Amino acid sequence: MDGAPPLEIHDLTVAYHERPVLWGVDLVVPAGRLVGIVGPNGAGKSTLIKAAMGLLPAASGWVKVFGAPVRQNLRRIGYVPQRESVDWDFPVCVRDVVLMGRYGHVGLMRRPSAQDHAIAQRCMDEVGLLPFADRQIADLSGGQQQRVFLARALAQESDLYFMDEPFSGVDAATESAIIALLQQLKSRGKTILVVHHDLPTAREYFDTLLLLNMRVVAFGPAEEVFTYDLLQKTYGGRLTILSDMADAVSRQSRSP
Amino acid sequence: MTPRRAIALLLACGLLLCTHTAWADRIGDITSTDWREQAWRFVTLADPAVRFALAGSILLGLNCGLLGGFIVVRRMALFGDMLSHAVLPGVALGFLWNMSKDPVAIFVGATLAGLAGAALVGLLRRTTRLKEDTVLGLVLALFFAGGICMVTRIQSLPQGNKSGIDKFLFGQAAALGPGDVQLMAAVTVLALALVCLFYKELLVASFDGAFAASLRLPVAALHFGLLLLLSFAVVVALQAVGVVLVSAMLITPAAAAYLLTDRLHRLLQGAMVMGVLAGVGGAFISFLGTNLPTGPFMVLTASAIFAIVFLFGERRGVLMRWWRRRAQAARVRRENTLKAVFHILESRGLGHVRSVALHELAAHRQGTMATARSEARVLAGHGLATLPAGAESLDLTHEGWQRACEIVRNHRLWEWYLTHQMAIAPDHVHADAENIEHLLGEDAVRQIERALPPSPVDPHGRPIPALGAGRGERTP
Repeated sequence: MDGAPPLEIHDLTVAYHERPVLWGVDLVVPAGRLVGIVGPNGAGKSTLIKAAMGLLPAASGWVKVFGAPVRQNLRRIGYVPQRESVDWDFPVCVRDVVLMGRYGHVGLMRRPSAQDHAIAQRCMDEVGLLPFADRQIADLSGGQQQRVFLARALAQESDLYFMDEPFSGVDAATESAIIALLQQLKSRGKTILVVHHDLPTAREYFDTLLLLNMRVVAFGPAEEVFTYDLLQKTYGGRLTILSDMADAVSRQSRSP
Repeated sequence: MTPRRAIALLLACGLLLCTHTAWADRIGDITSTDWREQAWRFVTLADPAVRFALAGSILLGLNCGLLGGFIVVRRMALFGDMLSHAVLPGVALGFLWNMSKDPVAIFVGATLAGLAGAALVGLLRRTTRLKEDTVLGLVLALFFAGGICMVTRIQSLPQGNKSGIDKFLFGQAAALGPGDVQLMAAVTVLALALVCLFYKELLVASFDGAFAASLRLPVAALHFGLLLLLSFAVVVALQAVGVVLVSAMLITPAAAAYLLTDRLHRLLQGAMVMGVLAGVGGAFISFLGTNLPTGPFMVLTASAIFAIVFLFGERRGVLMRWWRRRAQAARVRRENTLKAVFHILESRGLGHVRSVALHELAAHRQGTMATARSEARVLAGHGLATLPAGAESLDLTHEGWQRACEIVRNHRLWEWYLTHQMAIAPDHVHADAENIEHLLGEDAVRQIERALPPSPVDPHGRPIPALGAGRGERTP
């Protein structure tokens, strides 16, 4: 691994229709971390990863990926968008979608090579989708659809991954399969940022947490950051959530 | 995805063009109205005007089918409609350029008008809270109204050769000249070439724009390119189909192809084939009479193709689905009869005899003798039983016996699975199994079998018959 951090964000501000949704985000993610991005609805979690990849214009600030401006290093980024962001009736099969992960490497106007097909095949196998390779994507369950996106990201063979709610609407089997996969990626030195909705599992799944609520509330090792005070700050003291949090924290502190 | 068929068709169009002679008169000028004679003229391609009309229709079908495929999967059908109406003022301006029907001037004018419409839609979308469908409807109406006013004004002008300007509304393939067809060929070749070259990029950008952007693909340029090709397609198709209906030639063939396939490249190929069929069919029908507009006939042909696909499509056709449901229901009825026969035989102790009297069957199923007889006949018709003429009892064939064992086995396996593996009370499981027994696939059966004890008994204490249980055999 080279010396530069996989992701460095400095004073990033993003606005939708002039209304800022992210304010002055500073972030340096060291290599080999599995980072969970948590925060309430509308905290700008998806916005952060989209802006980090340059998919949304930033009002100010800059993003560096492995020491270079993000546009130059997009090939080293893998992306799992939200499952709801696409039309699953689209006429493509699982293999087509996974192969899309290779498109960034194939180059304009060229066709994927036999090697690209082999990589796609291996990635489908890794997430257990090989039996469904030639199925139309609408014929899959929610968990299987999510795994299609994961396989596509794997096929990108990147060093830094952004995943937008990969756990939303998946069955328990898929959830544990995804976790195993994330751990495996981490052990291969990859850096992964995951937008995550479910607080109780956040501490268990990720080694590092980014608490976000339009600004960075806290960033650090999960056991240090997952505290009552910081969570309260993140979730803005809304009562129902707060009590949920209190429960979550107490559950966490009871388990050794 | 290099559609060889498309290229062959293009070559055919080129040949048609090459054989044209200088004195190309228009189909509209021909006075003969006998439809048989006209049909013969069309089929033999003796007339150069027919050749132009045919070549134009083929090119139009190819181009509209190809781009229509993208319109449908990108949910831009309304956008196509807007675009096709928005070009009309441009047609009028192109005509005014030198007061004649110059294909190039009209092409440029119409493309600019189409792009202006698209730009206006974008502007309104960005600066107001209005939703896309409202904005599209608004811009469509504005441009179309402007265009109609201009065309009407042109027709009342004293000077200039105005023949043909009125054909832009409803289309007249017969009015296509060599210049028009050459322009169509150029535009179609361009669209085919670009789609082939950038197929992979168009695929990912259409399916998942954010992901395509994260690959650093030029998503905006691809979108604009598609828009440009779309305007070209609409503009060159105007003469043959007309402003009012050109969007249908984009949408209908592609919609029909969408019902038939699950892969984008096949959808595009299918849409092109259906587009060509609709184009040629429409041109042919409109040629049969004098001065019949082409556009409506093309669209009707395309809609007829859509209707055929909708009804008879192999997997999703409505009639096919109905047929499959019917076949399924008939199978369930047969299996229920077999099951009843099995139960009767079982109550006798499953001896060697596989014969059941019809009155027993009727009593077991709580039906009439007539029903029992007809059920037995159905079994006999499927080779599951024999029912000699006038006989009062049916004999299961070997296959019938196998099938009966299988269905009872499925029923009891499912009951066993629900009670033993899912902890559902034994008296809750029968109704469910009545349905599942007909659906239980081989995989599910294997899975349940793996958990099965050596001498399985269903929750009601009856043995679960073995697969392919032989003559009078009990479960091993």
